[in-house]
Amino acid sequence: MNVTIVDYNSGNISSVINSFKEVAKDKANIEVTSNLNKIKSSDKVILPGQGSFKSCVDALNNIKGLVDTLNEFAINNKKPLLGICVGLQMFADIGYEETETKGLGWISGKVSKIDNQKGKYKLPHIGWNQINIVKDSKIFKDIENNSHMYFVHSYEFIPEDENVISATTEYSSNIVCSVEKENIFGTQFHPEKSDKIGLQMINNFINL
Amino acid sequence: MLKNRIIPCLDVKNGRVVKGINFVDLKDAGDPVEQAKIYSDGGADEICFLDITASNENRDTIYDVVERTSKNCFVPLTVGGGVRSIEDINKLLNCGADKVSINTAAVQNSKVVEESSKKFGSQCIVVAIDAKKNGDTWEIFTHGGRNSTGINAIEFANKIENCGAGELLVTSMDKDGTQSGYDIELMRKISSNVNIPVIASGGVGTLDHLAEGIKSGASAVLAASIFHYGTYSVKQAKQYLASKDIPVRI
Repeated sequence: MNVTIVDYNSGNISSVINSFKEVAKDKANIEVTSNLNKIKSSDKVILPGQGSFKSCVDALNNIKGLVDTLNEFAINNKKPLLGICVGLQMFADIGYEETETKGLGWISGKVSKIDNQKGKYKLPHIGWNQINIVKDSKIFKDIENNSHMYFVHSYEFIPEDENVISATTEYSSNIVCSVEKENIFGTQFHPEKSDKIGLQMINNFINL
Repeated sequence: MLKNRIIPCLDVKNGRVVKGINFVDLKDAGDPVEQAKIYSDGGADEICFLDITASNENRDTIYDVVERTSKNCFVPLTVGGGVRSIEDINKLLNCGADKVSINTAAVQNSKVVEESSKKFGSQCIVVAIDAKKNGDTWEIFTHGGRNSTGINAIEFANKIENCGAGELLVTSMDKDGTQSGYDIELMRKISSNVNIPVIASGGVGTLDHLAEGIKSGASAVLAASIFHYGTYSVKQAKQYLASKDIPVRI
């Protein structure tokens, strides 16, 4: 099986690479590339993302044909794709970080700044927070409800259809931290930095 | 609910852990990679390396350490010490660091923080503030605490937050190494003046000091010696904080 981590200059993806390689061992071949043919022929795709919504969308658009290839992979061919952090946020129609920016539009909704309640809550939301699993999702197999995952973000994805939400986390408000829509998965937290439970989730995705 | 973080810090010089370690089960007490793994297996919420390599020739040793650690530890890794430029940051991140801590360079030229947070995202830019009490206020020191700057630490914290720092690592030079507890007043002043998380550092000698650090408003507490010399394990520290009703990840 070939799992591709999309390398589109979206910031630091070393931890994503290391964690997937650690889990995959001989189960899967982990490819790190922006090569369109390699993405097309892979069985699963990871879409990481760090920095701002705008910088990630710009970086995707900077690689000619990449967005079309991802659309074909996830929407037409319905193969499993996992977005992490801004990778998840880009599923939205629109994001408001830096400036209003169009997202991939895979899951209707918007990405806006977390309400810090007039400074009562620190931003970024950094650290270990518990996830409240609200939907039976294959990527949460053998992961207990209220497990801790590592977060670092200031913006949140607000999907229009609540049915896509698979987990939330409690901060200044109830934040969507995991979504699932058919073959499309996304986590706001970083499984690659969430120790053994994070690796378990990565394992679940590879085993889908 | 978001948990308060406990961050063990390791001083690394020429690729080796500096202070002695009492752990008996270590194969190589001086190997930062093995030490970091023990911390992460023990429940550390993050790991911090402070590179205190003095000579430029040996600076590359830290990259190898970071690379090997990131293949073994799957919790966030922060690396600081001698980080001067965008290139330094880029290199550390590429080796597998999740965050980079900038000290002297951030004080001398805040553009480094502005540019790096734009380029790599605020989430990976930690600014380390070393401060010493001076009358009613605190002054920033650079170059590992050797050089005074005349800069007010509280004002600088605000300024550097606006430049895009994602977190502040605040060390009291008065308290560092004394094991008499954090400079609580300093931590309180800075964390109440900024909207980004503050990591308290410098002076931990007992588990109660960790609790005091969190109560001062810090989101995370960093400690070196108490974990390093095996006085307490990370697990003991967490159990203690939990017993004081301070939320931690156990």
